Amino acid sequence: MAIRIALAGNPNSGKTTLFNALTGSRQYVGNWPGVTVERKEGKLKAAQGAQGDDVIVQDLPGVYSLSPYTLEEVITRNYLVDDRPDAIINIVDGTNLERNLYLSTQLAELGIPMLIAVNMMDVVRKQGDRIDLNQLSAQMGVEAMPLSALTGEGAHAVAQAAVRLARQGTVPRPLQVFDGPVAHALAHIEDALTHRRHGHHHHGGDVRRQGEAMPAALRRWYAIKLFERDDKVLAQLRLAPDVRRGIEQAIADCEQEMDDDAQSIITNQRYACIQAMMHDALRRKRAPGSLSASDKIDRVVTNRVLGFPIFIAVMFLVYYIAVTTVGAVVTDFTNDTFFGAWIIPGLESWLSNVGVSDWLSGLITEGIVGGVGAVLGFVPQMFVLFFMLAILEDVGYMARVAFIMDRIFRRFGLSGKSFIPMLIGSGCSVPGIMASRTIENQRDRRMTIITTSFIPCGAKLPIIAMIAGTVLGGAWWVGPMCYFIGIAAVVVSGIILKKTRHFAGDPAPFVMELPAYHLPGMGNVLRSMWERGFSFIKRAGTVILLSSIAIWFLKSYGWADGKFAAVEDMDHSILAAIGGAVAPVFKPLGFGNWQNTVATVLGLVAKEEVVSVFGVLYGVGENALDLVEEGAFDQLAPIAMNFTSMAAISFLTFNLLCAPCFAAIGAIKREMSNWRWTAFAVGYQTVFAYVISFIVYQLGMIVTTGFQPVHLLPIALLAGLVYLVFSPTPYGHNDAAPQAVRA
Amino acid sequence: MKTLRDVPVGAQAVIKRLHVEGALKRRVMDMGLTRGTQVHVRKVAPLGDPLELTVRGYELSLRKQDAQSIEVE
Repeated sequence: MAIRIALAGNPNSGKTTLFNALTGSRQYVGNWPGVTVERKEGKLKAAQGAQGDDVIVQDLPGVYSLSPYTLEEVITRNYLVDDRPDAIINIVDGTNLERNLYLSTQLAELGIPMLIAVNMMDVVRKQGDRIDLNQLSAQMGVEAMPLSALTGEGAHAVAQAAVRLARQGTVPRPLQVFDGPVAHALAHIEDALTHRRHGHHHHGGDVRRQGEAMPAALRRWYAIKLFERDDKVLAQLRLAPDVRRGIEQAIADCEQEMDDDAQSIITNQRYACIQAMMHDALRRKRAPGSLSASDKIDRVVTNRVLGFPIFIAVMFLVYYIAVTTVGAVVTDFTNDTFFGAWIIPGLESWLSNVGVSDWLSGLITEGIVGGVGAVLGFVPQMFVLFFMLAILEDVGYMARVAFIMDRIFRRFGLSGKSFIPMLIGSGCSVPGIMASRTIENQRDRRMTIITTSFIPCGAKLPIIAMIAGTVLGGAWWVGPMCYFIGIAAVVVSGIILKKTRHFAGDPAPFVMELPAYHLPGMGNVLRSMWERGFSFIKRAGTVILLSSIAIWFLKSYGWADGKFAAVEDMDHSILAAIGGAVAPVFKPLGFGNWQNTVATVLGLVAKEEVVSVFGVLYGVGENALDLVEEGAFDQLAPIAMNFTSMAAISFLTFNLLCAPCFAAIGAIKREMSNWRWTAFAVGYQTVFAYVISFIVYQLGMIVTTGFQPVHLLPIALLAGLVYLVFSPTPYGHNDAAPQAVRA
Repeated sequence: MKTLRDVPVGAQAVIKRLHVEGALKRRVMDMGLTRGTQVHVRKVAPLGDPLELTVRGYELSLRKQDAQSIEVE
């Protein structure tokens, strides 16, 4: 049977680097069941000492503790307690030993063979500090080994030792962390667990449910969790009422004696124990108050005065490279040259040479390659962006982004890190949504995914320019207004959604580590870029492919001359028929004819399509997009004739806010990794767009036609919206964490 | 009651008691802010919130609102 080795450690401890060093390219990336937390496992490379048996390395989410609160902590502890890997490699940051060992003291209680890999030993040495690993091993009761994950130094020895431990099955000797009344209470609880009577008797099932077969090795762990009054463990064990009362009495006695609550007592004793260990095992060269190189960098980078300008410069650089220069060049090349000039014409002539029928050739070139190609055009740009994001993360600046922007974003239920998705989203929503990856908190991430596409992306600019140039006489305020609407939509949605059940609760506790700066590891950066870029192609591809085919079919086929066939004019297509049927829905918004409906629907393929479709349907010609770019608005006059000013503003508002293009929907699906949430996001955006456009148009009509009774409805809607924004939240300041875990 | 929020930038304080509950309390303690721990208030973010602290040899950021419920001496 394969040996399973789990990799556990704090965030920023170098866990991912070690995982990559151990497994190389033999990785499988997925999600933990039912949640959007990434799950990675891989096979140990032969070069790292795998021989004979398969050795599976399971990378666990980075956590600071095995408390039952965050999603990552629950995943980690459930895996360790229920799936019982054969050994744990606990990676700790040698430059931050004290806090890292806090998790180690908890891992050592699980009764699983374990070793501690002290990472960044090269940095420790460079700083002139000395860690006595023999001393640390003796104190912790498990082997402690040196490692420099970035250079790979020590990785081989760590892997070999872990495999050996897994084969031998040597369980760590219990740590003497707790003393006095706590040790007494824990002994009492362990005793109660050994001799307890059960509330219910169950047959079969795993340890969790059965309770009876609790491995002796885990008794200590369960006793500590019961002492901490851990809800999840209490629910799991289903102790008989008298056993529970006995345990509660022991806890209460101890709390009274120590004048503190149970959780604090446990945490304090763990840290006290670690401090004692550190005293023997760590020799610091630096005086405690002096500054390290990282501290000196941080003094400038998050400086009260310079911090903000530096932040803006960094963000500008990211945007400039990923969206404007390199990003635009590679996107244009993929779209215009690679697909436009090479693939599609080549494919067309090849297909006609082989003698493929017209409809199949149309499906392949226009439907599949055209549709999917339009989207794949974004992929190179996305790789550029992911490269930049990976550098920001690896260097340690991403945490500073959250630090600097938190004050603004937490007011509307977003994270400081939501700034980057929004910024990138102003170029293109697809990489913007994918950039939400960097937000750890699941609620903040979902909220960011839902609201990012409200920010007008580059493809919406032609729509804005067309409406402003034709209907509104080139008014200067249209562009700024669109950005204002987008930002207002993010803020209002954040505030409203935060009051719903799924997003309720206090903002995620912002007790965040600001990791030390260090040079990025190119291997890590490239791997992260590749994984994120490729996962977009893999997971978003299906959505984009299917919807491209469906749209192509709807616009190319229809009833002409009494029979169903491919149609020349879009007027006769199925899409036009559907547009005609759906158009009345948009009547209250002022633009309810079939042409506008069809243009809006085709905008889902790519937003600038709206302009091209207008050109075709309103008799301007095929080149409307070029005309807009050239600013030849007089030639677009036929479009203007179909809109009043208010209807045009309403149409623009709707198209800015409604469901984004299929590529962005694919990105939403990839990031939510869940159809229900994807449907919710798209549905919310569309309904929100409808309500806002309705209010805008109808209130505008009051000015032109005077007040009429029907205008009570938009006024009531507006009042409702204002109420939703300013009313207190119905879910109060309850604890949000259990919610996040249930999801 | 003197709280962590009242500690001026650049000064140090020792944690006396946490007046928070639930997930936040556990998180604060897990990150090493326990009774008797020495904390150095390093700086304030450019927009005035949150704080940056040095605790147990590493940097931690904490909102002022949360710092207000940590009693120090």
